[in-house]
Amino acid sequence: MAEASAKLADAMRAFGLLCWAWTRAAWQYPASLLLLTVGQALATTLDVLAIVVIFANTDELGGFSAAEVLFLYATTSTSFAIADTLMGTVERLGRHVRSGAFDVMLLRPVSALVQVAADTFSPRRLGKLVPALAALALSLNLLDTQWTAGRILMVPVMVICGTLIYCGIWVLGASYQFVAADAAEAMNVTTYGGNYVTQYPLTVFSSEWVRALTWVVPLAFVNWYPALYVFGRPDPHGYPAGMQFASPIAAVLALVAASFAWRAGVRHYRSTGS
Amino acid sequence: MAVIELDGVEKHFTVRKRARADTGAPAPPTGRAGRRARTVVRAVDGLTFSIEPGAIVGYLGPNGAGKSTTVKMLTGILVPSAGRIRVAGLDPSRDRVALARKVGVVFGQRTTLWWDLPLRDSFDLVRRLYRVEAPRYRRNLDRLVGLLELEDLLDTPVRQLSLGQRMRGDLAAALLHDPEIVYLDEPTIGLDVVSKAAVREFLESINRERGTTVLLTTHDLGDVERLCSRVMVIDHGRLAFDGDLAGLRSLVPSERVVVVDLAVPLPPLVVAGVRASRTDGPRQWFTVPAGGSLADLVAQIVAGHEVSDLTVEEPAIEDVVSLIYRRGARGG
Amino acid sequence: MGLYTMVAWRSLRRHATYRAATVAGAFTNTIFGFIRAYILIALWTQRPQIGGYDVTAAVTFCFLGQSLIAAVGAFLPTVSAELSERIRNGDIAIDLFRPADFQGWWLSHELGRATHALVFRGLPPLLIGALFFDLTWPSGWRVVAVVLSVALAIVVSFGLRYLVTLTAFWLLDDAGPASIAMLAGTFLSGLLIPLVLLPGWLGTVARSTPWAATIQSPSDIWLGVYGGAGVLAVLGLQALWAVVLLLTGRRLTERARRRVVVQGG
Repeated sequence: MAEASAKLADAMRAFGLLCWAWTRAAWQYPASLLLLTVGQALATTLDVLAIVVIFANTDELGGFSAAEVLFLYATTSTSFAIADTLMGTVERLGRHVRSGAFDVMLLRPVSALVQVAADTFSPRRLGKLVPALAALALSLNLLDTQWTAGRILMVPVMVICGTLIYCGIWVLGASYQFVAADAAEAMNVTTYGGNYVTQYPLTVFSSEWVRALTWVVPLAFVNWYPALYVFGRPDPHGYPAGMQFASPIAAVLALVAASFAWRAGVRHYRSTGS
Repeated sequence: MAVIELDGVEKHFTVRKRARADTGAPAPPTGRAGRRARTVVRAVDGLTFSIEPGAIVGYLGPNGAGKSTTVKMLTGILVPSAGRIRVAGLDPSRDRVALARKVGVVFGQRTTLWWDLPLRDSFDLVRRLYRVEAPRYRRNLDRLVGLLELEDLLDTPVRQLSLGQRMRGDLAAALLHDPEIVYLDEPTIGLDVVSKAAVREFLESINRERGTTVLLTTHDLGDVERLCSRVMVIDHGRLAFDGDLAGLRSLVPSERVVVVDLAVPLPPLVVAGVRASRTDGPRQWFTVPAGGSLADLVAQIVAGHEVSDLTVEEPAIEDVVSLIYRRGARGG
Repeated sequence: MGLYTMVAWRSLRRHATYRAATVAGAFTNTIFGFIRAYILIALWTQRPQIGGYDVTAAVTFCFLGQSLIAAVGAFLPTVSAELSERIRNGDIAIDLFRPADFQGWWLSHELGRATHALVFRGLPPLLIGALFFDLTWPSGWRVVAVVLSVALAIVVSFGLRYLVTLTAFWLLDDAGPASIAMLAGTFLSGLLIPLVLLPGWLGTVARSTPWAATIQSPSDIWLGVYGGAGVLAVLGLQALWAVVLLLTGRRLTERARRRVVVQGG
């Protein structure tokens, strides 16, 4: 246990060092960095625009109000933005494997995963947080809920768990690239596609999709189930109320699965080379 | 106590490819409609050797012989299919991270530095990641930057450096943490003559001063001649030779050349049954066949003519090595 | 084979070799098609005839957009990464003074790429979508109109991205204009949400932009939104944009050529 936490501390320290080195380098061109950050913010604002346009034409979507859909968008996008900043670059693993850069990473006394995640870290991805947090503030204001202590606490909990779930999915998808280096774009469907799907109430999608997003890729736990608790609504698909508190479990499972997959991937790489 | 020990190490790859001309691996049997079957390539096939601390060992072999595979197994990048490896008392496949602290690596083809960061930042990252204490780092950095002439390049991003400059940067980065062992994979590739000499001199000095063990994988026999007291030749995954340079030469009996500077230019002489193969003014070249008597030839030349200078050329190491490779390819 | 036909054919062949990327791309486009379709169905369930579409038209619109993404380069910032790189490192000087028409060359290259994309990344989302959802299909003369419209859409898209690429001659690199163009394009092409959902003059303005000509226009012709005269008007607007963008592109190419001479390459 002590050894595990020492290793985790080591990993975090290395991650911080590498990210800081990249940030300092990006900081040499502040105008460019600012513009890129604004660009990221604008790109994700498009998603909100879509929701705005939809609700310009109707009061309700899938049985949910504009404030509720905005809340769903805000929470999943906040988790996504943080996860993308921390783990997003792991999706480039295939490139590192093909170029031999991964071998160089294995030469250093640092976890390979940390190095891949920190590679070309850029704080510009935090730009995605801007529309997400703005939407969060707005929706919290507009929501018609009875704010109990539990519900207030659920908001940060769901954002944290959501971030962890996204990180887990990113690493899982990246691990697959040890076996099939060209699979990068297909894996993006789970991350970017997952973000897109969870911006909307899951009542919009068919019941097979909801099942897949609950049991196969646990994206429904990023925001949907906890949000039902925050809204004080019964589950429209008849799932038990316990699901609404299961995000931490989903997060742990996602991280465990990701950890297995990554280690298996590295083992495969070290026995078959590139 | 050897610092590097390999015992019966093997590495097999399952490959779904056609025959590759450079490895000489046979084409895999084809099934119906000529589909390529899977074949097992034994990149390393029973390698056993040990290296004492402080040695500089040359590691030669044709392309695809298993040199990089060996280095990858020594560093823990690849896990062996069979056999035992111990480096500085550690098993690279199990203790990769602990071992990494004691090892420095320079890949000729790929930089170990961070591409978009200035050189200085890369060095600083190495310091922090390898946990080098500030005063030791200061000392090492100053020494290495001085020896490798990197002062003006410290603020340049690595991607803007020329090949030679980047190579020197890689060398510095590999040595900043005072590793016990350094693996150099083609460290002088693409460098001009002056840079090559500088790098060789540098390697010799750190080996002398710090007793760093160096395993030098190279195609450049100039590196080998200058630095290596011991040479290993690997071919088809097996050791074809392990000894010193003289031993390598004696492996392949080959002709030697006697170069004679006569006092006056003369037509080509015939001495001890050997005719001068070439003349250029007063200078004449005599090729003595393998097993022939050098002493007789020299004695007779000197006895019969006025000689101002005489040298004996050993067979070029390139020729010796390529003979060994060719022998290996023929299976002889 | 004419020079430009050969350029187009070689481009098509080259893009055909990126098999893994094509499959992954078609897969992604299809999945996103499903997601968007469900969202649109939910909306149309609330407001059945909104924007003049019925729900089947909306779903068809969605899958048409997904099919056209690759052919029309909706998420491609520029004409070609190779071209942008050549401008950045100066090799472009050679290209600009070759006897072949510079813009024509790259247009042919684009037509090759787009044809491959239309078939291999365009058909899967449409056909798979048709398996799971009810779609409407054009008939009779509309089919011809659709083919013309898609061809024009590809040319318009090329025109836009060609201009974006050329900005690299004057700015250090085209990343800035490329991102702006992509942002505008994602919204104004109808990919994000059908432009018929935009109210009043906003919708009219959006539908007149060249980006709308890349996806919204061919889709509307497919869906039979317009009668005969309307179809001709839409095709006319697409053709107009194509001509304007290409001519502007030629003028800028000339300016770029002169700039290269002045700068010494």
